[in-house]
Amino acid sequence: MEVATAPASKAFGAPGEPASARQVMARPSRFGDKAFEWLTCAMALTVVVLVILTGWELWIGSVGAIKKFGFHFLVTSTWDPVADQFGALPFIYGTLVSSLIALLIAVPLGIATAAYLTELAPLWIRQPLVSLIEMLAAIPSVILGLWGIFVMIPWLRDYPFAWLKRFFGWTPLFSGSIYGPCMLAGGIIIAVMILPIIVSVSREILRSVPDLQREAAYGLGATRWEATRIAVLSYAKKGLFGAVILGLGRALGETMAVTMVIGNTPQIVASLFQPGYTLASVLANEFTEATTDIYLQALFEIGLVLFGITILVNLLAQLLLRTISTTSATRAVQ
Amino acid sequence: MVNVVMTTPEQSVTERIERPAQPPVSAEPAPKLTFEAKNVSIWYGEKRAIENVSLDIASNAVTAIIGPSGCGKSTFLRALNRMHELVPKTRMDGTVLLHGEDLYSKTVDPAIVRRRVGMIFQKSNPFPTMTIGENVIVGLRLNGVRNHKFLNERLEKSLRMAALWDEVKDDLHKPGTSLSGGQQQRLCIARSLAVEPEVILMDEPCSALDPIATAKIEELIHELKAKYTIVTVTHNMQQAGRISDYTAFMYLGRLIEFGPTTKIFTNPTEKQTEDYITGRFG
Repeated sequence: MEVATAPASKAFGAPGEPASARQVMARPSRFGDKAFEWLTCAMALTVVVLVILTGWELWIGSVGAIKKFGFHFLVTSTWDPVADQFGALPFIYGTLVSSLIALLIAVPLGIATAAYLTELAPLWIRQPLVSLIEMLAAIPSVILGLWGIFVMIPWLRDYPFAWLKRFFGWTPLFSGSIYGPCMLAGGIIIAVMILPIIVSVSREILRSVPDLQREAAYGLGATRWEATRIAVLSYAKKGLFGAVILGLGRALGETMAVTMVIGNTPQIVASLFQPGYTLASVLANEFTEATTDIYLQALFEIGLVLFGITILVNLLAQLLLRTISTTSATRAVQ
Repeated sequence: MVNVVMTTPEQSVTERIERPAQPPVSAEPAPKLTFEAKNVSIWYGEKRAIENVSLDIASNAVTAIIGPSGCGKSTFLRALNRMHELVPKTRMDGTVLLHGEDLYSKTVDPAIVRRRVGMIFQKSNPFPTMTIGENVIVGLRLNGVRNHKFLNERLEKSLRMAALWDEVKDDLHKPGTSLSGGQQQRLCIARSLAVEPEVILMDEPCSALDPIATAKIEELIHELKAKYTIVTVTHNMQQAGRISDYTAFMYLGRLIEFGPTTKIFTNPTEKQTEDYITGRFG
């Protein structure tokens, strides 16, 4: 009621009669707010501009090849720099297939590991395991590639591959002779590389599931596995899908290690025991050799295709996520 | 009719209690017991949460556990279906008998205990990825029931018992989270009724609800006691007075006083109980 009796001339919030904190406090400055707003806005814009510029540069670099080969670049399989013949299909195929193999291996392994770490593992073992998995992410790609060549491939060739050939050799996927470096080895090394990100993102997501959900399941007499399934994994479904997409993004662009073990032969064959080639690998291998303009432009176009695939995959993932949420929303409306 | 009495804070405790809301339990012969807890102590790591609590819980009655925050009432409630074991590094001492069987015997599977002793939580927690119908029967599904006819019967029966059927019977395929807070809590009650437990534990079931939703839950508790034994933890003393037949007062991990609600609220033996009931602390 003091406000009502105060003289009309007095400004709102001006210091009152008794000496108060208000007399010594500075007026709130709006400058900081504005500066902060502009600064963060500029940072956010930089990211967007960088993405657009990258796409633009790739486009400029490859425009000659695009004009010359047109759509054929994407659907033909000949890669002959001497004859100026460039078709990217085997690389696109190699990138997609090796990433798919990597996901098939790393997703179940990664999510199971995350579930073990958050739901089942004894407390004392959790932190050491997490640190170990994070260390896996810190191994330089080239070291992993060397390990792939000298340790993983010989072992794969002698045991798992031989076993697969013996029992599944009749399917096209595991037919033909085993050389060592091949599409399957490439997929496996990518799986090793994307495993840490899938584990750590999934782990964060599972940890964010409210305990109330777990209690609801346990309260109904659920066992640990049942509670993990109905209360934790299904609650976290969407987030886990996000973790998989992050992993896929990495897998598509993975270069060094996969170049060292995939065999680097541009071909499209059903057998996973045959060598393959990825978009990222051909870029890494051939950029220094690109002597003619059209060769360089073709490589730029390879980069553009890889860029496009990565963006496309992310868009599709977001679309899929949206469809999932709208279906549940329509289910709610019906 | 149901004895839900909405009281105002201005009324004194005794006025509230003198309403003939509860039958004079003390006059009855010794009631049948559901739980017999003897010298129960529970530690979380080094910290002792409850100390030597012995309490007998009567069948087909509502027992309320009251006390200030941190007095161990939730911990004791959870000891009745071994829910406290979900917290790592807990240790338990003493015995709890359910209809004469030792809940903590080495041969007893905690999952089986929790099927027999259902639980309702502070905040409603339906499974968000399941529909209303799926939420109700999830417990039966978990336990391997596949018979559609049986599942549908249990679905309707449980929702009717939880006084929710009429509100949701046309929306069984909507997500459980599409309901209001009070409806969600009744959905959780239906979910735990579906597996036909012997006891229902309620951990402050109304603390997140508005007065109207609270009144509905209290009404429901009163109806359910004909078939089930109910143990509830509550912060709200008026609520304990309204719904319970027996009241246990806990303080600093110990059971201070236990007896028929009318006696605890009108003529407590312990000074601490009286101080708490009359609002002098807590």
